[in-house]
Amino acid sequence: MTSLPARTARRPRVPVAPYLFILPYLLIFASFWAWPIVSSFLMSFRDSRLGPSAPLGLSNWSRLLSDESFRTALQNTLVILAIQVPLMLTLATALAVALNSRLLRAQGLFRFAFFAPLVVGTVAYSAVFRLLFNTDYGMVNRALTGLGLPAVDWLNQPVPAMTVIILAMTWRWTGYNAIILLAGLQGIREDVYEAASLDGATPAQQFWRITLPLLRPSLLFCLVLSVIGTLQLFTESSLITGSGPGNATLTLGTYLYQQGFQSFNFGYSSAIAYAVAALAAVFSAVQLRLFGRDG
Amino acid sequence: MSARSLPRTDGAAPSRRSRDRTARFWLHAGLVPLALLFLAPLWLMLVFSTQPESAIFSPAPPVWFGGAFLENFRGLQADTNFLRALWNSVVISTLYTLLSMVFTSLAGFAFSKYSFPGRGLLFGLILATLTIPSFVTIIPQFILVARDLHLSNTYWAVLLPTLANTIGIFYMRQAFAAVPDDLLNAARIDGAGDLRLYAQIALPIVRPALAALAILLFLGSWNDYLWPLIVLTQKDSYTMPVALGTLVGLTRVSWGGIMVGTVMATVPFLALFLALQRQFVAGIAGGAVKD
Repeated sequence: MTSLPARTARRPRVPVAPYLFILPYLLIFASFWAWPIVSSFLMSFRDSRLGPSAPLGLSNWSRLLSDESFRTALQNTLVILAIQVPLMLTLATALAVALNSRLLRAQGLFRFAFFAPLVVGTVAYSAVFRLLFNTDYGMVNRALTGLGLPAVDWLNQPVPAMTVIILAMTWRWTGYNAIILLAGLQGIREDVYEAASLDGATPAQQFWRITLPLLRPSLLFCLVLSVIGTLQLFTESSLITGSGPGNATLTLGTYLYQQGFQSFNFGYSSAIAYAVAALAAVFSAVQLRLFGRDG
Repeated sequence: MSARSLPRTDGAAPSRRSRDRTARFWLHAGLVPLALLFLAPLWLMLVFSTQPESAIFSPAPPVWFGGAFLENFRGLQADTNFLRALWNSVVISTLYTLLSMVFTSLAGFAFSKYSFPGRGLLFGLILATLTIPSFVTIIPQFILVARDLHLSNTYWAVLLPTLANTIGIFYMRQAFAAVPDDLLNAARIDGAGDLRLYAQIALPIVRPALAALAILLFLGSWNDYLWPLIVLTQKDSYTMPVALGTLVGLTRVSWGGIMVGTVMATVPFLALFLALQRQFVAGIAGGAVKD
């Protein structure tokens, strides 16, 4: 659905009002967004630790290439991205379709269950998940041993620690995506399905041929936001696992925070930030290419 | 509720009705366990907030409420001055929501209902920054706020950079597109000025969308962690997530207190959400999330 063309208030002369309306936003936007984007780039060529910001040339950038911790953070972030985002979006799509089904009883109850995590803050749920996955006292291990399965040392081993982060994020964000997809589903007109039904299309065919193609704009929106969100993952890695064990769950976000706000190495931290931005740009371009306008 | 939940007339063939019954069974068989899994962490969060530490870590873990809520709260308050942090969060989130709504609805109205030189360019510029991760700006923002403006540990330090809410602009622009142009033209002919068109004609029409946006904005600010963590360094200036975060990061963790904190941060919104979720989905449907 595209917006209406703005033809309402067209006047012969250049209007002043729209500029005044945009001005408050624009002032904040320019000073706290647009300029910092440029400033951060310039800073990545300087060393803030040497006096009042000494010029440094490309060494922050070349350091990125040889930095073991950066490579680990990048790899961890990409692993989480590759597993968590598809898992979550598949689940969210299935949930949205189920919640939209005319066959479903007690819709309100189910919606509440899946949308409730949406209001829990990342700090709060990180705390809850850290407690639930505690090796000695956590409910998860108690459930596992109760079923006769071995307990897992969730937070102190690399692969289980990563699993906890992925599970936690899926719990927190699936409902958020499902709500967007559900809104998209409700924009699809009922008579399209009725026509398909009369033509003898099975529910599966209706899903693949009607629902999914018409849902594509909403899915793309979810995908782009999820990818950018995951690239900036910070709270979960910082509070659930403390980016450990070792650096096993260090993300680009936690590494940027460590370099910028614990070591106060603003120049190097800016280079990391721009690496994240470059990744986000590449992913967005690929997504728009693959799922965007055509067809 | 969707049109699809309307009852169907019973003229359908019997084979279809039995097929519906099987489908309904499997739908619920899949959803019920999943729903319980989604609710379990919330349930345990509520239960643990009322249990003494010894019970949380006992061999038989509690799944029902205990009587230690107040005791846990006292521990939390002693560790973090949690009430002060809550108050800071309430003030910051309220100011943020109100100011953002004014800024983004004014700008959204201008982008949606006026044609003016530079409109495409400006909107394109704002649109382009949506895909730029906020990490890119965080260090210059910190230098600007903390070093140049000397705002560390103030409400403004948290507020200023976050007020440029790009998604809000999209959302409001989309919402205002539903306001009939004829209505605005008629009001203009009757002598209404631009500000009146915005405030008295257009704004009341988009109120449902504005309400959904307000909830999203408030929640976003209420739960924001990284930026407040960076610009707030004194205990009394902490927002609620920062105060909670200091506890979670410790090695010796007071879990009963933390669970009280998470409950106090979450339950008011759970209740609000439960009450509003139908309008909320409708509000999102009417908003920006369409191509």
